[in-house]
Amino acid sequence: MGLKRNVSLSAGLRYKGPAGYITYILHRIGGLGMAIFITTHILASFVGGRTGGFFNGIYENWAFQIFIFFCVLFHAINGLRITILDLFPKLLDYQKEAIWIEWAVFIPLYGISVFVIMSTAL
Amino acid sequence: MTTKRTLSIKQRGLTNFEAIMWIFTRLSALGMYALILFAVIGALVMGARNQMNLADVMRWGFMPNVTHVQSTDVPDLDLWASPFWKLTASALLLIAVGHGVHGLVVIADDYIAGERGRKIVRFISIVMIISMIIIGLYLIWTS
Repeated sequence: MGLKRNVSLSAGLRYKGPAGYITYILHRIGGLGMAIFITTHILASFVGGRTGGFFNGIYENWAFQIFIFFCVLFHAINGLRITILDLFPKLLDYQKEAIWIEWAVFIPLYGISVFVIMSTAL
Repeated sequence: MTTKRTLSIKQRGLTNFEAIMWIFTRLSALGMYALILFAVIGALVMGARNQMNLADVMRWGFMPNVTHVQSTDVPDLDLWASPFWKLTASALLLIAVGHGVHGLVVIADDYIAGERGRKIVRFISIVMIISMIIIGLYLIWTS
């Protein structure tokens, strides 16, 4: 059935797709990072007190903000590419070009954000 | 060599749960874009331009909960804590939990191949969805 697939953990990690592999793995890292962040954030504000304060201290750290903003921005921009190409399958032929556009949008936006975060933090 | 990859969604069919969740992931992404944009526009309408910096507006945009604007210069917090924004935040929470937890299941499925492991993953995901929705709604409606 659909649940059966004979792929081991090491084979899964070694997989290299034909195109866009770097965006695929960064999308995954970004999604995981956000899921962990949001889960701990919700739980920390639910628990509150000293434990919540400890986690809030992590979120306010500039290094963490640079990391989580990478997760959010990359996941959002790459997710928009995936959504557009999947909902309009004719555009799948231009996947490579779409990834180039994606980087052209992501790098300036993220660069400016990192600069702003660093200049206010340091 | 060049097989045609341009099958329309109708031709692919949405017959099983995984296919429905595949399209749900795409549509919920669009929904989150809409809700975040909606919250940012709402913040600007309520006067964020003079009372908040960009980081605060984004913090509000990603989850329009009143605790996210408490540390800003916004004069009237009641406006930001209205049921209207709580409903928007609840909608964003429900969509985001569905999108996120299903994403975790997809990732786990790539590395956990056994039938039993996948059943455990699905059980944990259902527990996560229910508990995160309950805790999230509690936080939104009591803040």
